[in-house]
Parts: sequence; structure tokens; C-alpha cells
Amino acid sequence: MNTLPHLLQNAYQTVPDKTSIILQFAGQKDKTINYRDLIHGANRYAQTYANKGIKRGEVIILILQHGEDLIYSFWGAILHGAIPSIMPFLTEKLAPEKYRADLASLISITKPTTILTYPEFENEIRGALVEGDSVKNIILTSTLAEDGELSKVDFDSLQGMNSSQQDIVVLQHSSGTTGLQKGVALSHRAILNQLNSYSETIQLNKENDVIVSWLPLYHDMGFIACFIMPVILQIPLVLMSPFDWVRAPYKLLQSVSQYKGTLSWLPNFAFNFCAQKIRERNLENVNLSTWRAIINCSEPVHVESHNLFFEKFSSYGLNYSALQTCYAMAENVFAVTQSPLDKTPVIDEIDRETFMTQRLASAPIVGQATMKMTSSGHPLSNVKIRVVDESFKDVNERVVGEIAVQSDCMLTEYFNRPDATESAIKDGWYLTGDYGYLVNGELYVSGRKKDLIIVGGKNVYPQDLESLAGAVTGVRKGRCVAFGMYDQESGTEEVVIIAESESQESDKELIADAIRKHVTKNSAVAVRHVKVVDETWILKTSSGKTARSANKEKFLKEIGIH
Amino acid sequence: MTREITTPIAKFIAEKILKQPNKEIKSDEALISSGLIDSFSLMDLALFVEDTFGVKIEDTELNADTFDSLNQLAGLIESRK
Repeated sequence: MNTLPHLLQNAYQTVPDKTSIILQFAGQKDKTINYRDLIHGANRYAQTYANKGIKRGEVIILILQHGEDLIYSFWGAILHGAIPSIMPFLTEKLAPEKYRADLASLISITKPTTILTYPEFENEIRGALVEGDSVKNIILTSTLAEDGELSKVDFDSLQGMNSSQQDIVVLQHSSGTTGLQKGVALSHRAILNQLNSYSETIQLNKENDVIVSWLPLYHDMGFIACFIMPVILQIPLVLMSPFDWVRAPYKLLQSVSQYKGTLSWLPNFAFNFCAQKIRERNLENVNLSTWRAIINCSEPVHVESHNLFFEKFSSYGLNYSALQTCYAMAENVFAVTQSPLDKTPVIDEIDRETFMTQRLASAPIVGQATMKMTSSGHPLSNVKIRVVDESFKDVNERVVGEIAVQSDCMLTEYFNRPDATESAIKDGWYLTGDYGYLVNGELYVSGRKKDLIIVGGKNVYPQDLESLAGAVTGVRKGRCVAFGMYDQESGTEEVVIIAESESQESDKELIADAIRKHVTKNSAVAVRHVKVVDETWILKTSSGKTARSANKEKFLKEIGIH
Repeated sequence: MTREITTPIAKFIAEKILKQPNKEIKSDEALISSGLIDSFSLMDLALFVEDTFGVKIEDTELNADTFDSLNQLAGLIESRK
């Protein structure tokens, strides 16, 4: 019976010397970890968890930065049969009190028994704990079990070996107050079904493939495609931290060249970012000809971003056919659809007006404005998709509707949230909240039903931003609206916040500044546009809810975009 | 001397990074730790400094520990000229 611990055992016994992960750190030598190192490091954590009396099925929250401890503690939890969940580390721009509040909210719902962190971070964690909560252990990286006889890993004594396929193996949270309250619980079976099917779709090859990634491990794209998949399927992974990459994006390309990288996954903005911010002098002798797929995923795909990227790097051996697309979500473990890697993703040029007014992707009309939609490809072999209308009936080809997904790799539940699980799944179909349409069996994702802003691949819930903006002095209670606006230059959405105030005109700029600061500090999201307006600017629905899309339309009209 | 350095940087940050050309940035105002300059824009700032003053800021130095205000950045630039 295959479970993640069994596959780790198999790798340890059959390919101990094979490279599993090459960890990169800014200004330091790369650290190569083979399967022997990986299992030894993980085993030490598993022993630590056992010594602390942590039982199979208990949740361990990992609050660590990029590095060996994060990797070993994660796989150690898997070997021990505990359920790990990786939380983003506190960054300097996020207010510590907000971080603690988010952590406290996560603890209240997810009910972890254990939190693992660095000794210097212990006080932050303690500050989030309350009397009577679920947390029994705070384990520090400085107080691990003795190395002991590391050369001998006793798999029979590892509790994870007793797991069954339907057991929950990991939890994934997305960011922000709202995201942290919905931990996506995935079973061994779901993860393995996804890996089998996805690896076949992208023709993953143990002998030749090398994955290069800078993606954070607390997000499904980095977590599954660029961490769990390579480790479990024995594909070498070159892993750098997102903090280092954003300051030195050329390192991604240098690493692809150095390690003959073949596969990477990037959110759309990263194509623009690399194309715009890398200087030629950092690309000396770089050869990108081994890079067979760079898969655009986790935010809306824009073909212009692929083109910018190709223009910039084609002279370094980059193939245009490497630029690919994928539609994925944590609730399906990862990929739902993938463009076929042996050809360029289909571009569907459609009439703009018909699309906007009739929600229909129809052929261009001569002389009228068009839109270019990029295909996200076909569903994986184990995934079925439907595009449905509001009464859950299938719509015709080229008609926009909500995308629904069914597969053998779906989430078990939102952890401890039966209410959220029930409302997300209808008759065995997961309702994605994304809009799209089908043509020739390929999916085109065209928008979102649920109010969600995706900034640089990170999901941001507008209600979180609105409640933060509403707390700023001078802002009228409940009279704020937040939404995303696509920015062509950066290739991602920018956050717009509009807030009503009774203050005088001269104070509005100060209030706007205060909103910007307060929201950034408490959400780690950069806010591009803040507009402080007179009372009655914001449109509400008849039931008094803020109508985000109507307010967005109004704002776009005012700044002359529509 | 410092002003000659901070003025063009302040202008660059207001116009190109924040896209609020009229925004005044105080020379001791926290830029990075406050989130005013988000991490996606740090590279732009480093490239601007390099092009304008001929001084290189390493990517490992793009954090609030190395410089957080215009004054501190000017100090860093002057020390390397």
C-alpha cells in the first residue's frame, strides 16, 4: 500500500545517494541534500515529535524560513504520521500584532497541538496563545532529539508507516484572515492520484528532469509542484527562497543554466518581472535550452507576459514552446488542467463587446475590438470539469459559466469546517468560484465569481482589506471597498481601496496615506491606489452589501479606463 | 551633499515606485520596514541607484537592516563613491 512515508522509505532504500534537493541561499554555497540526508534529517524530527508525545493525526504548524529545518521538519511530520501545515514566516513589513492575531485565529480553527519554530521566534508564538487552546508543545529547532544512530532509520517504529491512504497527510492554508480559516485537508490518496496523473501529463522523467523553483512552500503551486512532487517522484529540485528571488530574479535563470533545469512553475507576474528587471550582465554564459516547460499558473495568464519573457531570453536558448499554462487549485491538490507540452497553448481571439455584454466568447468581428484568451489546456486524465450556469446546468461551448471540478484528488474537507466544506461542494462537484468557457475540450479561465484579488500569485480577500481600511480614523464605518485591477506592465492585479470620509478635502490625502500604511502593515499587501471620497460615493446592493464589481466599474470609468 | 543624493531618489520613489508624483518623502521616513516600498520594487531602487550614482547595492543588502530611510541610503551611497 502506497502512502507518502512508504515512498520515502523506498527512495531511502533504493536511491540514497540520489540528489533530492539543492538548497540555495543568497551569498552562500548551495547545499545538496540526497535522499539519505533527507530521511536522516526528517527522522530526527520524527523522533523529536515522538519524544514530545505527539500522536498520529495531530496537526503541527511549521513556522520556519527557507532552509533545511523547514524541509526536515515537514518530512519528519509525515514520517511520524502527524499533519504538517506550513505558515508564512513573519516578514518585516507585517505588523507583529497582526501576525499573532492571524496565528491565534488559525489555532482556534485548526487546533494544532504543536508549533515548531526558531528559539528567537518563541515569544511571538507565545503571544498568540490563549489559556485553554489546543497548543500543547512549542518545539524549538534548538531542542531536537539527539542525532543518535542516524545511520539506522527504523521505519517499523515510525508511526507514519501505519497511515492509510485515506488519512489526511497535510493541510494547506492560503493567506490572510479569511484564508487562514480554511485549511485544505489532503489525503495520501488525493496527493498520489494528483502526482500520478500530473506527472504523466507533463511526461515527468526521473532521469532527465530537474525542477527549479523560488516559490514559497505555503502556496499550492510551490508546495505541490515544486516540493512534494519532486521529493516523492525522485526528481531533483533546485530551491531558492522567494525573498532572495525577488531581490535577484536572475538567479532563477542562472540556476536553470547551472543545473540544466527542465521545469519551472511561475505566476504570470513573474514573467514580466524577469523580463523587466534582469540585466544582461547577470546572464553571461547562461544557457536556457534545457528548460522544456515554464508553466504559468496561479493567476490569470496573459500571453503578452509570455511574449515579453521570450523576447528577453530567446537569445539565451529559450524555446517559445517552453511557455505553457496550467489551471490549478489547492482543493484539487494542484493541477486541474494543463496545456499539452508538445505545442504552444492555443490563443482564442474573441470579440470583446460580445464577451463583456453577453458572456459569450465568439469570433472576432472585423473592425471591432478583440480580446486574446489563452487556453489553460485539457483536464488531467483523472479530472472532470464542467462549466455551469447559476442553476448548475451545463452551458454550451463558448458560453461563460462557473467552472466545477470533480476528480479522485480532491480535498477531504476544509479542516474542522464542515460548513465551508458543505457550501463548496455540490453533488460531488467542487465549485471553484472561477468563470471560464470550454472550446474543443480546452478550458479558458476568464474571471472570478468570488471576490478575490490575486496579487503576484497570492490570494487576497477584499473583505480583509476593507475591514483594515475601515479601522483607520476618519473613514466612515462600513464604507470601504477593495478590489483588484489588472496592470499590464506588472502582469498582475493591483489593489485599489476606496473609502468614504466626512473629512475636509485637505485631510483626504492624509487619510489615504494612513489607509495605505495600515493596510500594508496588517496584510503584507502593497496597496497601489487609495481613493478617499465623499460620503455616498460607494454603491451598495439593496441588501446593504458592498457591490465590489459595480464600484470597480465606477472607479475605472472615473479614471478613464472604461 | 546628502540632499543631492536624496532628492533624485525621493523623486524616483514617488514617481516610479509609488506612482504618486506629488508625494513628499521625508529623509528619515522608513521606506522598507513600513512597507512603503514593497519587495517587488526593491530591485528597481537598486538599479536606479546604480545607474544614477554608479554605486552597486548587492541583492543581499536590499533590506531594512542595511538601509531603511533616504538618509541611510545616501550614507551607503556616499561611503561607496
